[in-house]
Amino acid sequence: MMHSHFVTLVVFSALVSTVFATLLRDTPRERVRFGLMAFAAFVLSTLVLGWLTNPFPG
Amino acid sequence: MSETRAASAAPDSSRTVAAGLLAWVWPGLGHLFLGRRGKGLVLMGSILALFGLGVALDSRLQLHLGLEDPLALLFSLAQMGAGAPYVIARLLGYEAGLVTSPTYEYGNTFTAVGGLLNILVVLDALDTARGVRGK
Repeated sequence: MMHSHFVTLVVFSALVSTVFATLLRDTPRERVRFGLMAFAAFVLSTLVLGWLTNPFPG
Repeated sequence: MSETRAASAAPDSSRTVAAGLLAWVWPGLGHLFLGRRGKGLVLMGSILALFGLGVALDSRLQLHLGLEDPLALLFSLAQMGAGAPYVIARLLGYEAGLVTSPTYEYGNTFTAVGGLLNILVVLDALDTARGVRGK
């Protein structure tokens, strides 16, 4: 079940972004906007960090 | 005057306590109790999905309450933030997890973050019950 690192990242980011958006914004429009931004930030920052740390030994 | 104020304040404080307790016992239930149906259902679905996926990803749910390993204590407290789902998963025999599983650390992260997010949900339910937050 979910043996892909990327799928795990996407599922985790989607669920956490949904909770943050629901708690931190009040209107549906603001929630969608904030949720998408948070989701993109989670996924992109993880990919960038993964890329930056790639040269280091595992 | 003071009796009237006390009488009107008592139901509010009991409503606040009930909302906080319900929110901790089952994610989203506090908001449903306060009439925030949509918000409660979204929070319930998201947090239960996080915690349930964490258990399915072989997370450990062992109870650590001693101070000999502070990080394990904090990890345990974070997972306990999920409320009844944590207890149910333990009762169903998922407390040990599977440390050899490739998804073990992912599972731990999912369950701990699910519990921590539910603590935020409890605080939001308390604020909503007190009228600090409107929606």
